[in-house]
Amino acid sequence: MIEIETVRLAYGDRTVLHDISLSLTERRIGIIGANGSGKSSFARLLNGLVLPSSGSVRIDGLDTRAKGKEVRRKVGFVFQNPDNQIVFPTVAEDLAFGMKNLRLPKDEIARKTDAILARYDLSDLRDHPAHLLSGGQKQLLAISGVLVMDPAYLVLDEPTTLLDLRNTRRIAAALEALAQTVILATHDLDLLEGFDRVLVFDEGRIVADDTPAAALPFYVERMA
Amino acid sequence: MLDLYRPGTSPLHSLSPGPKILVMMAAGTALFLVESLPLVLGALLLTLALYRLAGLTLGDALVQLRPLAPIFVIFLALQYWLSGPVLAAFVVLRLAALILLASLVTLTTRASDMIDTITRALALLRPLGVNPAKVGLAISLALRFIPVLGQITTDVREAQKTRGLERSVIATALPVAIRTLKMADDIADAIEARGYDPRA
Repeated sequence: MIEIETVRLAYGDRTVLHDISLSLTERRIGIIGANGSGKSSFARLLNGLVLPSSGSVRIDGLDTRAKGKEVRRKVGFVFQNPDNQIVFPTVAEDLAFGMKNLRLPKDEIARKTDAILARYDLSDLRDHPAHLLSGGQKQLLAISGVLVMDPAYLVLDEPTTLLDLRNTRRIAAALEALAQTVILATHDLDLLEGFDRVLVFDEGRIVADDTPAAALPFYVERMA
Repeated sequence: MLDLYRPGTSPLHSLSPGPKILVMMAAGTALFLVESLPLVLGALLLTLALYRLAGLTLGDALVQLRPLAPIFVIFLALQYWLSGPVLAAFVVLRLAALILLASLVTLTTRASDMIDTITRALALLRPLGVNPAKVGLAISLALRFIPVLGQITTDVREAQKTRGLERSVIATALPVAIRTLKMADDIADAIEARGYDPRA
């Protein structure tokens, strides 16, 4: 369970999140809002990439401020631009990076690498240079690089913004099949089909917290 | 090393990077100690034989030399003019053998294995304050992001070209620098998010 208690986040004089309190227990949670509404900052709070200026964020009881390393092990994070998330020159090498950080033995790294490449139909690209992958393949690699670390939660910050329709559908299908709790910040409302809960952000506040059936029409009307 | 590695199962692929680097260093030094054209020619042929052993072709070897073709021409012409044909051939063949040998190591070694080896070797310098893991990560990042920076520069150049600024160095350099700094922030976040511990 993710517990957020009276969280305020400010960069200097600029407050980007105002007194947010909520618990997240559902398996599929969407975060929507206009650019600059605070949804990316909120997402980054969830794995301790950003620490609250006041209040607390706890993941299964672990405070992000005190237990950052453990929290990052529990909460995987996928960024908007996969080019900035892939840090090794080839596909297999990049997949191994997170697992090496977890100090997994070599044979386990090899086994998990094979499994995730097969799962996303990337086996032929094992030794392929990362910079030559297509946009969709890069985002799948970025997601795979996080999933091999076996996080309990997966937070994704606009993972389909740079993708075409085919690759967006590919990512959506990949997310749908995940056993993990998924928290997805997005502008693509179609991705939230079948989600359990949607948070609507506006100017650093949650202005709606409901099922997609109720939250999405509310958001669309607000943006009109 | 950017995308030079050719996957394979040859004995050279199986050999760990440490011995390969040591042999390359020893052979490179020996090439500079010998003064005999037949020996250098022999070394070149032996290197080409190692390419075959690694499952690589003569064409693969020539591709490694192609970027340095202008330098070969300059060296050949200069040495021919200064010392005659034998020494000119000797200098160029020695340089070719060295480049082919070094390329063979990168063609048969994954970047990650190479970095792991360098990282392990740098552990000896830990008492001097060197953090081997940080150096290893820095090398990986350099290898990974050189092509990305190249793409950013191309994108910015194209954008400035549409505005008639293709001749302005500042119009290209400034946006590239800003995008690179922003990218560096994102990469740092991504590395942290994937559990990297700089103290490890």
